[in-house]
Amino acid sequence: MAALRSPTSRLLASSSSRHIIPTSSRLGLWQRHYATVEPVPGIKSNETPPQTAAPPSKSNIINETNQTPNAKSKTFHIYRWSPDNPTEKPKMQSYTLDLNKTGPMMLDALIRIKNEVDPTLTFRRSCREGICGSCAMNIDGVNTLACLCRIPTDTKHEARIYPLPHTYVVKDLVPDLTQFYKQYKSIKPFLQRDTPSPDGRENRQSPEERKKLDGLYECILCACCSTSCPSYWWNSEEYLGPAVLLQSYRWLADSRDERKHERKEMLDNSMSLYRCHTILNCSRTCPKGLNPGKAIAEIKKDMARA
Amino acid sequence: MLKPSAVLAQPSILPKSFPPAATTISRLPPQKRFIAFPPSASPPKTTPAKPSDAYTILAKQRLNRPVAPHLTIYRPQISWILSGLNRITGSILSGGFYIFGAAYLVSPAFGWHLESASLAEWFGGFGPVTKFVVKVGIAMPFCFHSFNGVRHLVWDTGREFGTKQVIRTGWAVVGLTVVCSGALAYI
Repeated sequence: MAALRSPTSRLLASSSSRHIIPTSSRLGLWQRHYATVEPVPGIKSNETPPQTAAPPSKSNIINETNQTPNAKSKTFHIYRWSPDNPTEKPKMQSYTLDLNKTGPMMLDALIRIKNEVDPTLTFRRSCREGICGSCAMNIDGVNTLACLCRIPTDTKHEARIYPLPHTYVVKDLVPDLTQFYKQYKSIKPFLQRDTPSPDGRENRQSPEERKKLDGLYECILCACCSTSCPSYWWNSEEYLGPAVLLQSYRWLADSRDERKHERKEMLDNSMSLYRCHTILNCSRTCPKGLNPGKAIAEIKKDMARA
Repeated sequence: MLKPSAVLAQPSILPKSFPPAATTISRLPPQKRFIAFPPSASPPKTTPAKPSDAYTILAKQRLNRPVAPHLTIYRPQISWILSGLNRITGSILSGGFYIFGAAYLVSPAFGWHLESASLAEWFGGFGPVTKFVVKVGIAMPFCFHSFNGVRHLVWDTGREFGTKQVIRTGWAVVGLTVVCSGALAYI
């Protein structure tokens, strides 16, 4: 199942260039693709001046204060909706940031907006390195983790950030993932076996058997794939969606699990599994470079054989 | 050996100079202090809620929650565009087949002429451009749905699932569709 794991180009690009680019050096031609952090002359980083947050309703575009003459301004259009004003329709709020003062990733831009421009902007984030899956959102039309998504330094291009598609919005970029987590719970994502191991110690498996779990166990349940799936958009009540099915396959493929029959029986209906129409937005969007589409195909093959 | 809790209980072990957390915060310059509520504002009013209320509160909140935009904002990618076209062309083909079949079945009752000979005569009356457009209009969905069907059969065997392969086979289907429907229209 190593085939499930495609080369994680986005991950590699981010980690390698982070090492390569020294923060204080001048920009070389080959570095131009990415925003970099440079110390800005005239502003001591320790003393950020008090910011006055303009309320989102007052202006169309909220500019960053203290613009420097050679600022590399980039506009971010961000989806806003607040439960405090439930009758107000969701709208796009625009912010401009100087990329010279912003970190390289979309999450850096969001954090900077929240810290320095508009503290009312709401989003989830935690690890800032693509392992927690909190900052999953739709950036420039594609679901990804904001912390792994570089800001294109082309300032003419305006970034558009939405919450995960077809989710109920709790506030701004925060989606309600209750249903997603319930579905995950429903597949019993834990080892189920009755027979104890022969020597009473851990349940062993061969390196080959372990290898089958590569490309499956890395899933962080960020819900990027599930919410990129049109089939999941229309049928999220009953269809489990790519992320949960990949997890389901992770336990079907585990040599130590003894409830494969029950697991398959649970999926054996028209909705849970077979709403997958091989659209494959899931595999394309996975920020961890996994292949949920392939995992679902393997389940379907398994079900056809059994 | 001392238990960890016993160690902590001995006050002499704790460094005397270490200030309590509250003192540390108050020593910060005023602009660095985090104040939850400005001194002038009164704290927000809270109402007590039981854990059993959680579901009703959630249900109430959900009634207000908007659905995040989806089809209109997702980047057009060959994966889902072709999948949508597969559904649309399938509907056109099967819908057309059913409609024509039903019409053919009832045509004697209504006096319609849907036999091959009269249809050919009717089609022969079209101009060359109209003929070509009609032919392409029928051949295109047929070719696309057939080739994409083959693509789906390959997927069912668990192959060609990488992003690159999906893009490659997708464009191959588009290319084949254009060539074949063009060729069929010229016949």
